[in-house]
Amino acid sequence: MPKQTSTPLLSAIKLTCIREERLLFDELSVEINAGDIVQVEGPNGSGKTSLLRILSGLSQPYDGQVDYKGQAIQRCREDFHENLLYFGHLAGVKGEMTAEENLEFNLALHGNKTTETLAYLAKVNLAGFEDSLASHLSAGQHRRIALARLYQSKAPIWILDEPFTAIDKQGVASLEKLFSAHAERGGCVILTTHQDLISIKPEQIKKITLDYSYDSAFD
Amino acid sequence: MTLKAQSAQKTETSAANIDSSVVRDIVIDSTAVENSSVDNKAQLSQQFSYRHAFMLVLKRDLTIAMRHKDDIINPLLFFVIVITLFPLGIGPEAETLSRIAPGIIWVAALLATLLSLDRLFKSDHLDGSLEQMLLSPHPIFLLVLAKIFAHWLITGLPLILIAPLLAVLLHLDENSYTALFLTLLLGTPVLSLLGAVGVALTVGIKKGGVLLSLLVLPLYIPVLIFATSAIDTAALGLPYSGQLAIIAALFFGSLTLAPFAVGAALKVSTN
Repeated sequence: MPKQTSTPLLSAIKLTCIREERLLFDELSVEINAGDIVQVEGPNGSGKTSLLRILSGLSQPYDGQVDYKGQAIQRCREDFHENLLYFGHLAGVKGEMTAEENLEFNLALHGNKTTETLAYLAKVNLAGFEDSLASHLSAGQHRRIALARLYQSKAPIWILDEPFTAIDKQGVASLEKLFSAHAERGGCVILTTHQDLISIKPEQIKKITLDYSYDSAFD
Repeated sequence: MTLKAQSAQKTETSAANIDSSVVRDIVIDSTAVENSSVDNKAQLSQQFSYRHAFMLVLKRDLTIAMRHKDDIINPLLFFVIVITLFPLGIGPEAETLSRIAPGIIWVAALLATLLSLDRLFKSDHLDGSLEQMLLSPHPIFLLVLAKIFAHWLITGLPLILIAPLLAVLLHLDENSYTALFLTLLLGTPVLSLLGAVGVALTVGIKKGGVLLSLLVLPLYIPVLIFATSAIDTAALGLPYSGQLAIIAALFFGSLTLAPFAVGAALKVSTN
């Protein structure tokens, strides 16, 4: 049941991003409400990752600001981070630790409970690998360890940068199902992917399309 | 009633160290009234304590170090090799060696720490764990402090333990052993703390090694000067509490300020 509130969960206000003297986007304003699934599209180098990093507060925009429930994210850092799950290009999984230790650490770091980790690992097809060192696992399994967090997370805002990279077809399908369930619970998902989301209804998906522009920011 | 309960809940999450069971009771009441929203539950499950977060990161870093033993062995081996080479190069005269022993031990300790600094944030930066730490609801300075403490346990502590043995090779004056131990005990944490600021600033740079030494070595010089001076003074049988007090001041100064500086530097480096 989507929760309708007057203030959007996350809103970007007139964001401008400049990288390597190239203007990636200018005056970008978005409002993301509970129940939204937002897909950021665009060719390589169009600023998708930059946008997600700015929305999560990892990068600072050249201009503009990001609000969480109407408050700038720098001002309510702890509150915002408690309600945010960011999954970047890099999985944040340590090769020296086992799959289970990695998941437990990642959950505890974000203030989640660390019980039933084995069940969550089983959900991402890693049952039986919980005691293997992450460095001994394949690239896809490596990312699955990080994605297992999604099954436990209570955070309403999910910002996922290319979550389907190196994940097999079945895995993608179950992730998509998870995203719809999360949106129905009153969360929101912001993701970038070059694949089409198959099992999520098109009318459910909001799209932000970024163009690749050759304009220099400083002429 | 509901409003009151909500504000009480906010107070609890923002000040986790205020432990009041009354507040917790009200919070539980309030969830019975309204348990519909997702974030409400999330807030409840996150009654984290600072100590818990500190121990979490400390345990993780020590686990990684134990499985990746190079981190512990390399700086220690470097320390041992440098110190054992000096008597071979200079000659075995006890008088010369005991004259230069404090300087050699401290310079070797300083370089060994510098050698190990790179590991502090580099691997976390490369595999994305650093981003996750910055996005954690726990205060950054706390996580950083845990990482620095782990670094000191891995590199500083073994140096302190082995230094008296190596001091024998250098004919260190008998009266100086306590001073050597105390200066290392107070001084090596300063090296880790100040070094962490340098690493945090250079973590985003591909080959930041030279820059790191340029940034960090000048900050290490006061520790070096006062530590060796304390050991020399002890050899003369004079009180060296003045020098120790200055190193202690450096230690407490960097202990309170460095974690915040590191947190800010990491934010800039990952931007």
